[in-house]
Amino acid sequence: MDVRVVGIFIARRLLGLAVLLLIISFLVFSLIYLAPGNLVDVLLGLGEKTPEVVAAIRQQYHLDQPFFVQYLIWLGNALHFDFGRSIMLNQPVTAAIAARMAITLFISVYGFVVAVVAGLVLGTAAALKRNTAVDRGAVGIAIVGVSAPSFATGLILLWVFAIQLGWFPVIGTGEADFGDRFWHLTLPALALGITGTALMTKMTRAALIESLEQDYINFARSRGVGPLRTLFVYGLRNSLIPIVTAAGLVIATTLTGSVLIEQVFSLQGIGSLLISSINNKDIPVVQGTTMLIAVLVVVVNLLVDLCYFVIDPRTRMKGALA
Amino acid sequence: MTAVLTAPETFVKTKRGKRSVLVGMSLVIVTLVIFCALFQQFVTPYSAGTQDLNNTLAGPSLSHLLGTDDLGRDVFSRIIVGARSALIGPAIIAFGAMLIGTLLGLTAGYRGGWYQTLVMRWVDLMFAVPQLLIAIVVVGVLQGSYWEAVLVLIVLTAPADTRLLRGATVAQRNLPYVEALRVVGVPSRRILAGHVWPTLMPLTVAQTFLNFATSIVTLASLSFLGLGVAPGAADWGRMLAEGRDLVVVNPWAAIGPGLAIALTAASMNIVGDWLLERLSSRGRARA
Repeated sequence: MDVRVVGIFIARRLLGLAVLLLIISFLVFSLIYLAPGNLVDVLLGLGEKTPEVVAAIRQQYHLDQPFFVQYLIWLGNALHFDFGRSIMLNQPVTAAIAARMAITLFISVYGFVVAVVAGLVLGTAAALKRNTAVDRGAVGIAIVGVSAPSFATGLILLWVFAIQLGWFPVIGTGEADFGDRFWHLTLPALALGITGTALMTKMTRAALIESLEQDYINFARSRGVGPLRTLFVYGLRNSLIPIVTAAGLVIATTLTGSVLIEQVFSLQGIGSLLISSINNKDIPVVQGTTMLIAVLVVVVNLLVDLCYFVIDPRTRMKGALA
Repeated sequence: MTAVLTAPETFVKTKRGKRSVLVGMSLVIVTLVIFCALFQQFVTPYSAGTQDLNNTLAGPSLSHLLGTDDLGRDVFSRIIVGARSALIGPAIIAFGAMLIGTLLGLTAGYRGGWYQTLVMRWVDLMFAVPQLLIAIVVVGVLQGSYWEAVLVLIVLTAPADTRLLRGATVAQRNLPYVEALRVVGVPSRRILAGHVWPTLMPLTVAQTFLNFATSIVTLASLSFLGLGVAPGAADWGRMLAEGRDLVVVNPWAAIGPGLAIALTAASMNIVGDWLLERLSSRGRARA
C-alpha cells in the first residue's frame, strides 16, 4: 500500500518537475528577446559585424524560423547539453561551465555543511536553554545572519581574517589538492553559510521547542529515558521535517548566493561567469548558467520532498493526497 | 510543492506589546535612516559628488569621519545620501507587492475554485524557481535601470504576499461574521473590502515591513553586482562594490556601506517582527 502511494506521488512530482523545467527553459530562451537592441547584435555580442557573420548567425540560430520553432530547436540542443558557443570566450558554453563548475560546487557544499552543522547546534542549544543568554545569543546571531547581506559579511570577513589577522589568503583558490583549496575557500564558504546558519537556527529552534512540549517527551522523561536519548530520538527526530525543509532552502541560497560571494572574493566560478557574461552581453552563456543553477535548485526541492517519506512514515499515507 | 512549514515563530518575544531594548534600538536606527533619506542635504558635511583629488583614499579623520574614496569623495556623506536609494526602492517594492498580493490573495481565498487553483499554481511556480537568480538575470539582460529592478522585484515578491493573504482569507471565510454578512446579502466585494481586509490589516502591515527588510538586501545585492544603479551613484551596494578593491587602503569605503545595509535591514526585520507579534495579538482579540 505504502509503496503504491509513494510511487504515485513520485510520478506526479516528476511530471510536475518536467512541466516546471519546460517553463523555466522557455523563460531562459526568451532572454535573447528580452535584451535590448537588434537580435543579431545581441547574439553577436561585441564581435565585428560583417554581412557573412550576420548571415551565419541568422542561420546558426534559425532566426528565419518562427519564435516557437526556434525555441524547440534550442530546447532540443539544450537537452543534449548544447547551449551554443560563448561569444566572449570563443568556446562551447558547456565547456566554459564545466571549467568553472568545481569552485562553485566546492563553496556551495562547504557553505551548506557549515550552515547545517552550525544551525543545528545553535538551534538545539537555544531550544534547550530557552529564555537564557544562550537562547538570546543564538537568536541574535540568527537575526543578524538573516538580515545582513552575504556580500557585506563576506567583505567584513575578508578584511578581518585575511587582511588584518592574515589567517587566510586574500585571493585565489589554492592548489588542486584538497587541503590547500579547503583553506583558501574557507572564508567564502563561511560567508555563504551565514545566511543559511541563521535560517537553520531559526527553524531548528522553533521545531524543537514545539516537539519538546509534547506529551511523549514528558512521558519519556518520567520513565527515566536519558536526556541525550530524549533529545535525539524523541525530540530532534520529530522535528526533522521543518529542519529538512530549511536545509533544502539553504542549498538554494548557497547555490544562488555563490553568484555574489564569488564576486566578493574574485573567484572564477559559475557565478562570476554569469556576471561577466551579463556585462559582455554573452547571452548563450547567461542561458546556460541560469538553466544549470535553476535545474540544480529545482532538483534539490524534489529531493527534499522525497526525504519526507523517509523521515516520517505518516506522510507515506498522505503523500498521494497532497 | 508540498512544503511543510511550521508557523512563523517571531524572534522578539515581548510581554504584550512591551518594547525590548533591541526593538527600541532598531526603532532608533530606522528613524535615523529615514531622517537621512528625507533631509540628506541638510545633514551631510559634504555633497555626495564633491571630489577632493588631493585627498584620495584618506583614512578616517575629524574632517572625514570615514575617510575618502578613490576620487576623494567623503564616504560618510555618501552613506547618508545613499539612504534615499536604499529606502525608496524597497518601500515601493514592499507596497506594490502587498497591493498585488492583497488583491490576488483575498479574491483567490474567498472565491476558491479554478481561480484559486490558477493563482496558487502561479505562486507555486514562483516559489519553485530561485528568485535572486531570476532578478539578476532579468535585470542584467534588460540592462535595466533602478526602477526596472524595482519592478522586477515587485513581481518576485508578490507571490509570498499572495500566499499569506490567501491562507488568512480562507481562515476567515467561514467565520460567523462573514457568514452573517452573506446571509444579510452584502455583496462579496463589500465583504472583502469592508470587512475581511480590515481584519487582516495587521498581518498585512507586518508582512510589508518584513518584505521591506528583505528588499533592502535584494536591491543592494543587485546594485553590488552592478545591476540597476548607474556607476558612481551614491548607493550602498554600489559603494560596497567599488570600495571592495580599495579595502586594503581605506576599508571604511567598503565596510561603512556594508554595515549600513546590514544594520538597516536587521532593524527593519526586528521592527517587523515586533509589529507582527503586537498586531496579531490585537487581531486575535478582535476576532
